[in-house]
Amino acid sequence: MPVPLAVAGGAATGFLLLPLAALLVRAPWRNLPALLATPAVGEALRLSLLTTTIATALSLLAGVPLAWLLARSSFPGRRLLRAVITVPLVLPPVVGGVALLLAFGRRGVLGQYLDAWFGITLPFTTAGVVVAEAFVAMPFLVVTVEGALRSTDRRFEEAAATLGASRLVTFRRVTLPMIAPSLAAGGVLCWARALGEFGATITFAGNYPGTTQTMPLAVYLALETDPDAAIALSVVLLAVAVGVLLLLRERWLRPGTTL
Amino acid sequence: MTRLSAVPAAAGGGDLHARVRVARANGFVLDVTVRVAGGTTMAVLGPNGSGKTTLLRALAGLQPIGTGRISVGGVTLDDSAEGIFVPVQRRGVGMVFQDYLLFGHLSARDNIAFALRCRGVPRAEARAAAGVWLARFGLAEFAGRRPGALSGGQAQRVALARALAAEPRLLLLDEPLAALDASTRLAVRADLRRHLTGFAGPSVLVTHDPIEAMVLADDIVIVEAGRMVQQGPPAEVARRPRTDYVARLVGLNLYRGEADAGRVRLAGGGLLTIADTAISGRVLAALRPSAVVLGVDEPHGSARNTLMGRVTGLELLGDRARAAVDAAPPVLADVTPAALADLRLEPGMIVWASFKATDIETYPDSVDDALAGDDALAGEAAAGRCMNIRSRG
Repeated sequence: MPVPLAVAGGAATGFLLLPLAALLVRAPWRNLPALLATPAVGEALRLSLLTTTIATALSLLAGVPLAWLLARSSFPGRRLLRAVITVPLVLPPVVGGVALLLAFGRRGVLGQYLDAWFGITLPFTTAGVVVAEAFVAMPFLVVTVEGALRSTDRRFEEAAATLGASRLVTFRRVTLPMIAPSLAAGGVLCWARALGEFGATITFAGNYPGTTQTMPLAVYLALETDPDAAIALSVVLLAVAVGVLLLLRERWLRPGTTL
Repeated sequence: MTRLSAVPAAAGGGDLHARVRVARANGFVLDVTVRVAGGTTMAVLGPNGSGKTTLLRALAGLQPIGTGRISVGGVTLDDSAEGIFVPVQRRGVGMVFQDYLLFGHLSARDNIAFALRCRGVPRAEARAAAGVWLARFGLAEFAGRRPGALSGGQAQRVALARALAAEPRLLLLDEPLAALDASTRLAVRADLRRHLTGFAGPSVLVTHDPIEAMVLADDIVIVEAGRMVQQGPPAEVARRPRTDYVARLVGLNLYRGEADAGRVRLAGGGLLTIADTAISGRVLAALRPSAVVLGVDEPHGSARNTLMGRVTGLELLGDRARAAVDAAPPVLADVTPAALADLRLEPGMIVWASFKATDIETYPDSVDDALAGDDALAGEAAAGRCMNIRSRG
């Protein structure tokens, strides 16, 4: 083992692990159950679970068909579309929040009609939280599922067709089972990204306890007033992150695998 | 080409009539016309890239045809002139793929039940029907296994059962035995033959293995570079090859030339004496390597053809050795191990080859095909054969 590499590598490892260790060391373990049981924390937890689950469900419903279109059909601008839908992956979330306001805000491009025609307002509501989370998280699902669809052997679908399966039946009974692991991975990834969402949410949906204050927002706010509660929430989020990693270990912790 | 027409899902013994023309952007053109009677099997034999798999995919509806017409039992599946194209899932065409393409997430039983389920048959009923197929294929004990847990031979049987369980009007097999190792291939081939015989509709089998074609098919079509170069019953193809490719497949020497009064003047140089004095004009002459006798001295026997040449290659073929002799014309000769030792045969040696006029099968070279008409090919290909043998030996 070359010494310079070992030193640099050791420093990097320490840098990455020390903050996590600090979180665990300083966590108010004894008060943890009590802290997590307080109404404010409970509310943030409940809201986060609710909104991330809905955002993931919406992403699955709309993202899988989109992934299929990107992977399997050909239409003008397909490559451009593929590039565009991955923009939210790299866009600063707060910019996403601003963009969402301009689109779905009360005076936004689409939002003004939603308000005028249907009386629907998204900003600063729980629905707005779902919109913000789906906006940043759905690309993870689309990219994962599209990659899986691209790499499946399409001849299995041909075989299904020779057996009399319509395209829908083929998709449901042959294609979906083949991409199931990637679908699950994409869903978990999407959900985890939604759970950690901060910038777009606070910009687009605000920070109202009970309606839009999700866990990351609660952590940020509590750090000022009740550091122990902030740490407790952080520990929960860390546990969730580790849990996600364990769920995905088949895909990620094996060398040489990618999204 | 996009108008859909529903085809009633009924199995039958109708004949397949197909004229298929597919042109690819790279200039390759497949142009084949086949007719297969219900209850019979036609083998499509050809080198890689000859278009035989394209033909199969066109019949299945997986590959659009440029022009042509495909019908089975009077039902039109494809007709470029009428604008009829029945999509794959409504053709009632069973296909066995080279690597089987069994659905990995389904058990053997559910793979076989798949077609019935697609047709709306209730789950329990479809599974029961699949059970009957499993039993018929001797697979009852593997019903619950996923394809990953099946041996090659078992997977091949499941693939065939899955195709047949759909009660297809036409059965297509793409190199069905190619993925098997030699030891299981024999058993599975015998099985496959039994099931093909029991199938009422026409079957089309694509293969590059001449033995497979001979054993399984009632009729053989040879496709080279997208065109049919020969068609006939296996025995006929084996006895009277029309192209060098076929001659190589069936292991014969093949010569092309002009026959006149019991003599054939060969296009590649040389003269053969044949028994048939009546035949004249452009002919093909086939000669079994086992009918050729090699010697170190000029023979004085009854053989009316004697050639002198240099041994360019030797190949061991189990119970005998095949020698390539570069004479005019070049000739392949089979010798027994005893003769091999007696002659001390080795590459580079000058030998005499002799064979009887009656051992030469002479027949008209009537294929007005660009490929078969290229006379220069005969000698060159035979020389190429010798080189092949040398490099393998």
